[in-house]
Amino acid sequence: MDRFLDISRLSIQFPRSAVPVLRQVDLQIARGEYVAVIGHSGCGKSTLLNVIAGLLPPSAGGVVLEGKEIDGPGPDRAVVFQNHSLLPWLTCYENIRLAVDQTVGRKMSKAERHAWVMETLALVHMTPAKDKRPAEISGGMKQRIGIARALSMRPKVLLLDEPFGALDALTRAHLQDQVMEIHAARGTTVVMITHDVDEAVLLSDRIVMLTNGPNATVGEILKVELPRPRNRLALAADPAFVAARTAVLEFLHARHANPAMSAA
Amino acid sequence: MTAVSTKPAPAPAQMSRPLLARLPQPSRITPVLASVIPPVMILAVFLGLWEFLASGPAATLPPPSKVWADSYDLITDPFFDRGGLDKGLFWHLAASLQRVALGFAIAGIAGILTGLLIGTSPFAMRGLDPIFQVLRTVPPLAWLPLSLAAFREAQPSAIFVIFITSVWPIIINTAVGVRNVPQDYRNVAAVIRLRGPAFFWKIVLPAAAPYIFTGLRIGIGLSWLAIVAAEMLIGGVGIGFFVWDAWNSSNLSDIIVALVYVGLVGFALDRIVALAGRLATRGTAAA
Repeated sequence: MDRFLDISRLSIQFPRSAVPVLRQVDLQIARGEYVAVIGHSGCGKSTLLNVIAGLLPPSAGGVVLEGKEIDGPGPDRAVVFQNHSLLPWLTCYENIRLAVDQTVGRKMSKAERHAWVMETLALVHMTPAKDKRPAEISGGMKQRIGIARALSMRPKVLLLDEPFGALDALTRAHLQDQVMEIHAARGTTVVMITHDVDEAVLLSDRIVMLTNGPNATVGEILKVELPRPRNRLALAADPAFVAARTAVLEFLHARHANPAMSAA
Repeated sequence: MTAVSTKPAPAPAQMSRPLLARLPQPSRITPVLASVIPPVMILAVFLGLWEFLASGPAATLPPPSKVWADSYDLITDPFFDRGGLDKGLFWHLAASLQRVALGFAIAGIAGILTGLLIGTSPFAMRGLDPIFQVLRTVPPLAWLPLSLAAFREAQPSAIFVIFITSVWPIIINTAVGVRNVPQDYRNVAAVIRLRGPAFFWKIVLPAAAPYIFTGLRIGIGLSWLAIVAAEMLIGGVGIGFFVWDAWNSSNLSDIIVALVYVGLVGFALDRIVALAGRLATRGTAAA
């Protein structure tokens, strides 16, 4: 197996907590692969993503990207945050431009940087809104700018932290299609945190299911053998899609039911 | 279904144009009147009540009509200058504003710099915060004797009182703003490796700007409160001394006119700083 991104024996324990959040997580991700991490809330999905991003140091074990151990955050692992995290005092263009100037733009001329920002804006179909500030655009548009900002750094791995969680169902579907297009066009490796089963099955090559936290670990990994490009309408009745969906639902609700729910 | 069918049929397309043209145009004057009429009415009622209460033989304060008659020159000509301290209100206000401008400018620079230091360095915060919390409760005028003793001159003493009064809210608000830069922005900066001065200029300062301007706005208000009191004691040209001088010559009408001007100028100062803040934070203060 190609070990492009290699998470090995990773444990994370917060200070003043007796039990680790994540315990002995092992996961190998290949170049260009789209992996979804799914689990109930509180199972440490976002913690896992933050460790890959380098925003959180592991307590034990580690993460290796292309043969180099991760030590702190960097633009090779761009994050799309759940709440978009755009800087409100900058326009859409300036938000992306700041990221470009700081990262890939260092070796570019001014004109090349501008062209690259415009190209990224076009990729998420946000060119007309380039001079708007985040407060002036909708939630879906903000998240598209967030995705564009992450892609503008030409990351080796794109980390999506429940990127569509705060959006309505129609906007979410639209953005999922766009992310699939971008993944097909750029071949970027993607790790996506989600709690939406349909989203995980539709978008990913593999679905990593975490057991309940604390002390969570990888419970099962499901390979989604659906040909790309995928079409949400055609897949809705596809037996392979339904089977994958059922497998994930069965893991989440039968074998590892939400502890908060079962306690209630 | 029945509810839908009872609706009137939509008008044919060619009908919609003349219909739209006949829609009532929203008046531009109505909202202006709506915001102007209530204060004017209340003011008229207030003046009437004042006139009534101050007209009796036992009244100690002059009614508005007497203020108008007594201080007609003062109200209508703020620009006269007969030498010495016998000047129009404009000159007194200008002298006070000059002191405030100088004292407040020093307070703004020193306050923002100190606030940035306290906000970024836990050591500076632990060391300085308790001292500041005590000092900021000292009333402005209590500093005056000390500053007179130190500077031995009225002008720098008054400016120092302005400075020491307005600097605390600027320091405290700046420090809070810097400490409250959202973790989201810090994460973004970490991912794109924005560090050191670039992190400060591109993330910390814009994120703290709304807090800084809140501090400046409180500061300018306190400055204006302090200058009037300080000038009463130090003398010279200035609106505070003008009030004190009028009191000593039992000129109550002049005092009332001066107070109205003090209020209007204070209001204008507050609005100017608020406007500067809105422009500088480019409308993100609310976001």
